Amino acid sequence: MRNFHDRVVALVFVVGFLITGATLVHAGAYEDALAGLTTDSFIDTADAIEALAASGDPRTGPLLEALKDQRLLYSAEAKKVFIKDPSDKLTDAATGEAVATPPSDIDNVRLNNRVRGLIDAAIGSLTLMANESSQRFDAAQAVFKSRDPAALANIDKALEKESDPRVKRALIEARAAIVLYSSDTTAEDKIAAIAVIRDRGDQDALGLIDGLPADLPPAVRQAALAASSKIQGNLALWSALQNAWYGLSLGSVLLLAAIGLAITFGVMGVINMAHGEMVMLGAYTTFVVQELIRAHNPALFDYSLVIAVPLAFLVAGAVGVAIERGIIRFLYGRPLETLLATWGLSLILQQAVRTIFGPTNKEVGNPSWMSGAFDFGGITITYNRLWIICFTLAMFVALLGMLRFTRLGLEMRAVTQNRAMAAAMGIRTARIDALTFGLGSGIAGIAGVALSQIDNVSPNLGQGYIIDSFMVVVFGGVGNLWGTLVGAFTLGIANKFLEPYAGAVLGKIAILVLIILFIQKRPRGLFALKGRAVEA
Amino acid sequence: MGAFPITRLLDKASTIFLVLLAAFAIAIPILNVVVPTGSAFHVSTYFVALFGKYICYAMLALSIDLIWGYAGILSLGHSAFFALGGYAMGMYLMRQIGTRGVYAHPILPDFMVFLNWPELPFYWYGFNWFGYAALMVVLVPGLLAFVFGWFAFRSRVTGVYLSIITQAMTYALMLGFFRNNFGFGGNNGLTDFKDILGFNVQADSTRNCLLVMSCLALGLSFLICRAVVTSKLGKVLVAIRDAEARTRFLGYRVEAYKLFVFTLSACMAGIAGALYVPQVGIINPSEFAPGNSIEAVIWVAVGGRGTLTGAVLGAFVVNYAKTFFTTGWLAPYWLFVLGSLFIAVTLLLPRGIVGTCAWWHERYAEKKAIALPAAAPHAAE
Repeated sequence: MRNFHDRVVALVFVVGFLITGATLVHAGAYEDALAGLTTDSFIDTADAIEALAASGDPRTGPLLEALKDQRLLYSAEAKKVFIKDPSDKLTDAATGEAVATPPSDIDNVRLNNRVRGLIDAAIGSLTLMANESSQRFDAAQAVFKSRDPAALANIDKALEKESDPRVKRALIEARAAIVLYSSDTTAEDKIAAIAVIRDRGDQDALGLIDGLPADLPPAVRQAALAASSKIQGNLALWSALQNAWYGLSLGSVLLLAAIGLAITFGVMGVINMAHGEMVMLGAYTTFVVQELIRAHNPALFDYSLVIAVPLAFLVAGAVGVAIERGIIRFLYGRPLETLLATWGLSLILQQAVRTIFGPTNKEVGNPSWMSGAFDFGGITITYNRLWIICFTLAMFVALLGMLRFTRLGLEMRAVTQNRAMAAAMGIRTARIDALTFGLGSGIAGIAGVALSQIDNVSPNLGQGYIIDSFMVVVFGGVGNLWGTLVGAFTLGIANKFLEPYAGAVLGKIAILVLIILFIQKRPRGLFALKGRAVEA
Repeated sequence: MGAFPITRLLDKASTIFLVLLAAFAIAIPILNVVVPTGSAFHVSTYFVALFGKYICYAMLALSIDLIWGYAGILSLGHSAFFALGGYAMGMYLMRQIGTRGVYAHPILPDFMVFLNWPELPFYWYGFNWFGYAALMVVLVPGLLAFVFGWFAFRSRVTGVYLSIITQAMTYALMLGFFRNNFGFGGNNGLTDFKDILGFNVQADSTRNCLLVMSCLALGLSFLICRAVVTSKLGKVLVAIRDAEARTRFLGYRVEAYKLFVFTLSACMAGIAGALYVPQVGIINPSEFAPGNSIEAVIWVAVGGRGTLTGAVLGAFVVNYAKTFFTTGWLAPYWLFVLGSLFIAVTLLLPRGIVGTCAWWHERYAEKKAIALPAAAPHAAE
């Protein structure tokens, strides 16, 4: 509120300079209106406010603000109005001079709800002339919502001067809203207004049209009904798009969490229940990097994620290699035992992090380029989600390229397809196993950097993703990165489309049940390996 | 099947186990009730409740060992069956509270009054009768296992895939039971029990009685498991565990065998849960947590999978360790211990405690058998 107040005061001065010409024409209107404030009658006060708003005098803004804040005093005897500033000093509202000795019968100008509404509308229409286009836009939106007929004159005035197309459209819409609800406009005007509001097409527009009184001329009624159904169709489309966007966003998060698993589980066939903890390690690496930057070089904060990505890869990757060398290599061919051992490992890692960093959530900040949002049509897109989608896809492509084009990727595929033959060709299979597992874990660590931006960084971070990640990999088909991609986005979008009908939790349960049923139908996932690779 | 040779049903280890269990079931209540409080041999009511809890865990472990040790089905969702049995019993106990609840409503449990439910939901009907509740304790987990297993085994979901979807199953149930509008008390679950069959659940005599009942149930389950694994059916199960495809090619309906043993195991887990709830005094959705199921699996692994007695031993050893660690200043280190246990057992002690002992015993017997013919070559002929 404070901020708004400052803004209004500042802009009112600006407005004052802009419309000095108008002031000259209306000279005296301001002073005349002031007299209305001295009678202690709500009707006179209301008339005075409307007269003040119409006067266009630069002093109107501070005066109305004072009135709104109950800082306006009057003396009925002296027929004078005084403004009390926050430090209790009085100034004469007409002359602007300081008043040392106020008259004895001084009292507050009283307000009621109607008067307050008028004040807000008057301040709103004053803002229509502001210098900043965003302020003018906000003011036009406020008028659109209030539909105050008194603002019509100001809107027309503002429309003549307006050059910003966005604000201009908002003004036209505000005007249409007033016209639509005004009792003294023709049916043709109203139909034209409905067309304008229909083109706006959002929830407010729908409310405006659906709220129209029933006793309108049939032609207007017809137009209103048609516009209402058009807007509803439009809104349904946007809400579907919004769901699709949320779904893409959730899908990218799932993909991030699952993509490392697609390597360790999908390519190597190792069940790593500590996969979620690799994600957590990545997130905590981000936290440590940000802490160090905050302590030593705050200027670098915007680059913290860029620094954290390779570090998280190294940390999680190194832990992954250690796990493979220390535990998993003794358990190849015994998947159920691997599952238990890695589960135990995940308990140890969680508890270790809890011991070192404490059990509470750690605060990881958004760099400036990842905070904020923009509107795209009827949906709001936040930058962090957008970046995460881009980042996920980039990581996916990089991983795909690595497996396809590098020597390490070639050797990984060779070992997966035929271990004995690969060993006979001189590939050190044990080393490749460790590196593959390290790669999968490292990617999970990178996922942790991204997830630290949208989720709570706590020791339990990884647990929330482990079941979902397995679902994605199993659903998409083991041993196939494309399957993981399709699986993640399918599950993400399906989840978000179910949510409005079933609620978040039931939607999730429904998805789990659907996957369980799906596995019955296709036990090897959406993109099952065919032929000889199945047995490998 | 005809006459069942009792010697096959009860080998030496089983007999020892049953005798020990019977001794336990008799000794603990006597030590609690008869021995005076000051005596060194007195067992406090706290320990009676604790041991009762362990016995229920042991039964859960037994049910897991039956499917994992003998049929190779690693279920990571067995706590779901345990919790469902527990909820069925909890619903009976809730209905027994009657007007003694905080809101003193004659029919609705407190949480329903609190949430402004107008009447009892249909799935709560009948739970005021113990017989019906007892039936549900077996039926609900059994039915869920049957339906789930029918889908899973028929489409040949095996190994880790089965483990993961059982885990997803219990996870989904947990999410569901956490919801208030599910009608099971949301995240507070069911608690504040007063009576079971007219006896006060808090009373020492009831606790002792429950302990004895739990021991009885454990003994019976053990006998049922023994009967299953020593029968021809058990041999087929072991064949499925070791070479599923080959067993199928030999003409056995693998999925039918698996479905039978999976459902049996779920019913057993349900009974364990039902006995657990009155002794612990609460059942809430965290019992469904996937972590609980995996923890139960590690009890079996510690004791030795495929030995039945090992499952019981493992449940006791690990849970005693848990109690020991989590009640003192060592609490922050319990998860390190548990985690290390998972790793150490799978890497260093894959047969578990009982399995390793049996293995040493066999090797010793083999050596003796080899040594004997060498000493008396004529006897070998």
